[in-house]
Amino acid sequence: MLRIEYAYWLIAAFLIYTGLRNLRDGHGWHAAFWLVLGLLFGAGDYILKRSAAGHALPSQLAGVGVIALALLAPRLHRKPHPENSSAETRLQSAIRLGHRLFVPALLIPLVTLLVALFGAWLSIDGHPLFAAPQMTLTGLALACVVALFAASRVARTPMHEGVAEGRRLLDAIGWAALLPLLLAALGQVFTQSGVGTAIAAIATALLPTGNATAALLAFALGMVLFTVIMGNAFAAFPVMMAGIGLPLLIRQYGANPAILGSMGMLCGYCGTLVTPMAADFNLVPAALLELRNPYGVIRAQAWSALWIFISTVVLMWLLVFR
Amino acid sequence: MNYWPLLGVAVIVIGFALRFNAVPVVVTAALVSGLLGGLSLPALLALLGKSFVSSRMLLLFVLTLPAIGLLERAGLREHAQRWMARLHGLTLARLLIGYLLLRQLLATVGLTGVAGPAQTVRPLLAPMGEAAAQKILPNLDQADREELRAIAAATDNVGRFFGEDVFIALGAVLLIQGFYTQHGIDLSPLAIALWALPTAIAAFAIQSVRVWLYQRRLQRRAAALRSDEVG
Repeated sequence: MLRIEYAYWLIAAFLIYTGLRNLRDGHGWHAAFWLVLGLLFGAGDYILKRSAAGHALPSQLAGVGVIALALLAPRLHRKPHPENSSAETRLQSAIRLGHRLFVPALLIPLVTLLVALFGAWLSIDGHPLFAAPQMTLTGLALACVVALFAASRVARTPMHEGVAEGRRLLDAIGWAALLPLLLAALGQVFTQSGVGTAIAAIATALLPTGNATAALLAFALGMVLFTVIMGNAFAAFPVMMAGIGLPLLIRQYGANPAILGSMGMLCGYCGTLVTPMAADFNLVPAALLELRNPYGVIRAQAWSALWIFISTVVLMWLLVFR
Repeated sequence: MNYWPLLGVAVIVIGFALRFNAVPVVVTAALVSGLLGGLSLPALLALLGKSFVSSRMLLLFVLTLPAIGLLERAGLREHAQRWMARLHGLTLARLLIGYLLLRQLLATVGLTGVAGPAQTVRPLLAPMGEAAAQKILPNLDQADREELRAIAAATDNVGRFFGEDVFIALGAVLLIQGFYTQHGIDLSPLAIALWALPTAIAAFAIQSVRVWLYQRRLQRRAAALRSDEVG
């Protein structure tokens, strides 16, 4: 049965490979960074199992590993490796291979789609082929392997050269790849240490809630602000609902809960578009697309976010009190 | 109420504003908030380690890199650009708006992992977008190319975000429903998901107009260049 854990082990192997290649090239700091990360990925299941059984030591060591990554990251210089191939050979190859090049690239979304749609029904001898949790992501991991295989066939290049190319791209992305995981951990720490409740207390004390419209505006702006700080609308929603949405807007001013919940959440999504805290949507793509400005993607979507926010608030104001 | 953990938020704001390396900034913020929030150091380390490995799925995109690296070396981006240059009907705006629609529809039925910055934007959408822009303005400089790639990534994000809320079995809708159930209000997921439709339509219209305006800006620059040459 294919489980998401296999994908994590595959990532661990890729990270350790990247570390070892850097070690061989004499980039000690890069090597240490990727090796520590690879170890965290490889040991992840063990850490979670021990933690569930009440043993804190492996998770504490993982915490030390995270701090080690933080100390190593500033020593990583994002100097893109020179391309291994010249523009001329790439063009020649493009002319020779033509549309066949699209096939492996399209296999990534296609195989993922097929697993997402039909994975639940696939089984061998009565054993399901895919484990139910995270089936789409398991499909994505499988799709990447299939695509690498297909790419190596199409380009008539051995697969290990693909892994070497992948390592070059990963080095170009560098520590930015790590931010989403760190910010997820930070979100947990913020929740546990009471940052959320403290912000909610300040927000409810400061924001104007004298009449229904002001309270609605405070709710919508609070969703955006809180999402910008936490990087995630899901963290903002329960806090703003419990603070303003439920007691004031629904109970006192009679707002429609379905509309308020749905559109309130979408106000938070507008915040996600403009915050570096949502690194997986905003900073990682910037690194992946090799933009010099790490905030380039945020800049490109900021105006869209503002207009979508305004139209959602207007719609909400028109619909929610009817 | 203990307000001291908020200093962690201050660390983030100052660190990002001064453009320090984001990794130590985030970890420092976690340590500051955790310790000021009354967590012991061992408990804080355990929480940090455990939540870090619990979100390993966020690094799944690196598995796309070997296949994409191999294809790019074999000329995928060059081919995408040459192909775009031949397709006369497919303008930059049509390409990006078409992708936006597809991405939003896929997210609407819950298929958010199918496309994304690593899966589709870097290998396909960005180079095709660059080629489409070159049809308008042949001599794009580096800043133009980067802006174009950023717009492609932004289009991908907008499509995903404002499609997924319409899907009834995805995180957002279930979270909203769960919150209301806890507080004694019973709603069906469908009732919540339907009210995401107006914003989904607005988001599609807004992003489409912005893409179209960007294309018109390129066209005006091209026209200005041509009139300079003539004059």
